[in-house]
Amino acid sequence: MQGAVLRHLAFESRKLFHQTQTSMPDTAIDSAQPITTADGIPLKRALARALRRDKMKSLALVSPLFIFIALTFLMPIGDMLWRGIEDPIVSSFLPRTVAELKEWDELSGELPQESVYAALVADVKEGADTKLITRVGKRLNYELPGMNSLFRKSQRRIPRLEEGGPYKDAVIKLDKKWANVETWQIIKTFSPTLTAGYFWAALDLQVTPAGDVELLPDKNRIYLNLFWRTLLLSGFITLMTLILGYPIAYLLATLPLKTSNVLLMLVLLPFWTSLLVRTTSWIALLQRQGVINDFLVWINLIDDENRLSMIHNATGTVVAMTHILLPFMILPLYSVMKTIPKSYMRAAVSLGAHPFRAFFKVYAPNTVPGIGAGGILVFIISIGYYITPALVGGRSGTFISNFIAYHVSVSLNWGLAAALGIILLGLVLVLYILYDRIVGIDNMKLG
Amino acid sequence: MKKSIIKQTLITASAVCFAAGTFAVAQAQELVVVSWGGAYSKSQQLAYHEPFMAENPGITIINDDSASEGVAKLRAQAEVGNVTWSLLDAIAADAITLCDEGLIEEFDFNTVFSPAPDGTPATEDFGDLIVSPCHIPNIVYSTTWGYRTDLVKTAPTQIADAFDLAKIPGKRSLEQKPINNLEWALLADGVAADDIYDVLDTPEGVARAFAVLDTIKEETVWWTRGAQPPQLLADGEVVMASGYNGRLFSAIEEEGQPIAMMWDWQVFDIDGWVLPVGAPHREETLALLRFATDTQRLADQAKYISYGPARMSSAPLVGKHAVLGIDMAPHMPTDPNNAKTTLLFNFEWWADNQDDLNEQFNSWLAQ
Amino acid sequence: MRTKLPPYTSLIERIWHYAFRIICGLIFLFLIFPILVIVPLSFNAVPFFTFTPEMLSFDPEGYSLRWYEDFWTSVNWRGAVNNSFIIAVFSTLIATALGTVAALGLSRRNVPYRTTLMAILISPMIVPLIISACGMFFFYSRVNLQGTHLGVILAHAALGTPFVVITVTATLVGFDRSLIRAANSLGADGVTTFFKVVVPLILPGVISGALFAFITSFDEVVVILFVGSFEQRTIPWQMFSGIREHISPTILAVATLLVIFSIALLMTIELLRRRTERLRGVRA
Repeated sequence: MQGAVLRHLAFESRKLFHQTQTSMPDTAIDSAQPITTADGIPLKRALARALRRDKMKSLALVSPLFIFIALTFLMPIGDMLWRGIEDPIVSSFLPRTVAELKEWDELSGELPQESVYAALVADVKEGADTKLITRVGKRLNYELPGMNSLFRKSQRRIPRLEEGGPYKDAVIKLDKKWANVETWQIIKTFSPTLTAGYFWAALDLQVTPAGDVELLPDKNRIYLNLFWRTLLLSGFITLMTLILGYPIAYLLATLPLKTSNVLLMLVLLPFWTSLLVRTTSWIALLQRQGVINDFLVWINLIDDENRLSMIHNATGTVVAMTHILLPFMILPLYSVMKTIPKSYMRAAVSLGAHPFRAFFKVYAPNTVPGIGAGGILVFIISIGYYITPALVGGRSGTFISNFIAYHVSVSLNWGLAAALGIILLGLVLVLYILYDRIVGIDNMKLG
Repeated sequence: MKKSIIKQTLITASAVCFAAGTFAVAQAQELVVVSWGGAYSKSQQLAYHEPFMAENPGITIINDDSASEGVAKLRAQAEVGNVTWSLLDAIAADAITLCDEGLIEEFDFNTVFSPAPDGTPATEDFGDLIVSPCHIPNIVYSTTWGYRTDLVKTAPTQIADAFDLAKIPGKRSLEQKPINNLEWALLADGVAADDIYDVLDTPEGVARAFAVLDTIKEETVWWTRGAQPPQLLADGEVVMASGYNGRLFSAIEEEGQPIAMMWDWQVFDIDGWVLPVGAPHREETLALLRFATDTQRLADQAKYISYGPARMSSAPLVGKHAVLGIDMAPHMPTDPNNAKTTLLFNFEWWADNQDDLNEQFNSWLAQ
Repeated sequence: MRTKLPPYTSLIERIWHYAFRIICGLIFLFLIFPILVIVPLSFNAVPFFTFTPEMLSFDPEGYSLRWYEDFWTSVNWRGAVNNSFIIAVFSTLIATALGTVAALGLSRRNVPYRTTLMAILISPMIVPLIISACGMFFFYSRVNLQGTHLGVILAHAALGTPFVVITVTATLVGFDRSLIRAANSLGADGVTTFFKVVVPLILPGVISGALFAFITSFDEVVVILFVGSFEQRTIPWQMFSGIREHISPTILAVATLLVIFSIALLMTIELLRRRTERLRGVRA
């Protein structure tokens, strides 16, 4: 889809498609006397059996693809969902500590009892060989800076402690952070194997030890802004494609078919051209030493010192994405406009309406379904966009998807990446349901 | 009739899977060496891989340029126990993390690696550059500054100039992460190098660093890959950029771009090899490692790129550029003229604070 | 412009009529210019992304084929071209085979849960690519498919199937089932009927579905970045890292070749569409 594959063919197939859906077989066979087949089975039952066989046959044909999609696509999505809520690290690497901490009241302000420290020593000793205990530090460091080094240091030093205890003072002597109530609170908070923590983090929220959910301090807030910006820029891009797409669709729908078919090629060519090719060409056009700036300098509109910054910012994202998504707006608009009889306008004009008035009062309202279809389609595609913002977006033009990618491959906070992805997916699904209500999901097909 | 279609489909599908499978297996006789791409991979190819392959005709080395996502991808491979990389090039901080997680092998340097030609054991030859038993130092590189000689009115001479829009007007480029940038911001603000991490340990200190970055925020293009700063400079997108000294050297000397270096408070870092636990062809890879980290090879790499070799014994062997014939020593970050003020960032401090500061940095960027 | 204005139109309407066409012309320029501009730029003799004075004065010195040569001789690009075709061909085969069979099933008259099934089968097209890519990265890592050709082929096949299902279903909509009964009553067995009657009629749909699946894989860049690694690099992968790392006009040369490739594909699909319509008798 984002790889640029939508076709007006789909729009044309729409009506035909609806026909098959509605032409369900007439199974209601009523009769007072049971009619039987030649071998004496009531016809009703024979038919039902035949129907069932027929259904099984249909399902058998669909099942290979269904299984394939389930394995290669649905399970990955399910896996992501799972990663957004699973949090096995603390409980699997510190099982004894977690068990002992159950007794401890995290709100008391007191340090945990000796048995907790003893359990910690046992856990760390066991995990020291595989070094996996450091993962606990890595995980908790997302929540509290300093946990990373605490666990790395402890992994090296705790196994050297003398057997037999008492451990509390000995452990605290290794690192003062073990004497912080906060350290233990964090361990206890993140000891359940399932967590909503990543989702809170994805919404700039945090859970206090007392169990309240509160907004992060201002300097740590990222995602609410980003979601908002993604929606805002997508909305703006949608508006731009509508403004540019509407006249084109109108022209295509009103010109004779022969001419409009030729012009339609001009819409389909960019559509079929690789997304990266189009992004590349916008880089060539928009950069400071690029074609547009050179041209503006050449005609003396701007001087060489003050070349425009049109790339590595929101402008770059908006311009390039408007271009890339424009066909997704034109094609649905065109398919709707084509069905509006020309006689409507003529009738309005002949009844005395000014052509402009006739357009806004008669023609435009008829195009609303097309605007809805194109608008939601462009908006949906746009909020999940990754490549173009990554290449031309800079600081102010990045989307939420860029942060999902960042957490997968740079920061390695996969749980947070999954949570952000699920929220984005939820947003897209809501929009699709809206789309289905407005235009019917069959209508968009190759979007 | 439909059954036959299904059968046909299944046969085709399994044939396809089989074909695809054999395709993957067909490459199994090769060592996949993961590095940073561009001029850097090329210098390794010329200095290490090609001579090694010439000596060992049975081995082919495949260059994979995904070191910038090395930690993530290695973790993904390790999660299923299917490590496909034989060798990974990693910076010291990443190596420490990977070593802590047990994803890469530890070495006894003196038994695995060859001593210096005069017999000095490897541990002494590498000296302080050994920061982790898992990391075999390869080069010392620095993150420093390049500027367009034709686009700035006065040449920048000190780190404060990078943050001075009055002296150096125009766009600049910084790496899109807090490491280095916060240190430079504080240095530009007058904090002494020794006090940087004490200052950063307080929220006020972090705020102070961000306040300095604020002054150039609107004029900054952020880079994420090492090849970007020279490109941004060459395209005239920015007048000044932080970047890796070797990449800047290539742009200046090999491509003849109108760029010059500003070395004030360059940040040293160490790059080297790590061997993933469970890597395929371990024996061959060890042979390559031993070969590629000896005194002569390390000096050879410096013929192609201006990074300082990690062994002390290699330094005297550093000669002239292989193609240009210019003396390489003055272009090394370690050259006394360039290394008047240098910073070594605090691995330990960043390991603890990077999650929090990345968050603050991203939040700051998004505002 | 060819439509004649009626004699009673007012001056303002006339002006608007032409102004409207000029506006449309500009929008078409916006659509097409960015694609065409890379063609001359790819023949640039110097490594810049803009027109040099030599190019503007049509000095032959200003033009060269060096970026095409660079593309042709580069090991990285050649590997990318090979991988692109291998991955696209295999994923297209899988997608077309599974998608066509499923479409045959979905178009039968009594399919239970049809809407749900359809929604699930076309879901790879609906879910944003970054989410699919992310999920596939997590899951394929677990089952050993991350960074393998097989993994990428399966992922691309999953992304391509909705297009096959949709195009083939669309072709089957106009399909007259009495033809099958006619063939059967004339003594043809199931297999013969399928290959002699059904296949020729749905073939245009299958081929255009296959082309969609092909182009989906051939153009796909998000999933490959996550599921693939360097060994699976495709043309888009290479272009993406090229734009990020070392942006040279070689990318413009590749882009030009891809534009030519997409024009050829566009023509093929258009011809197929016309043929389908003719066969279905829905001639416009």
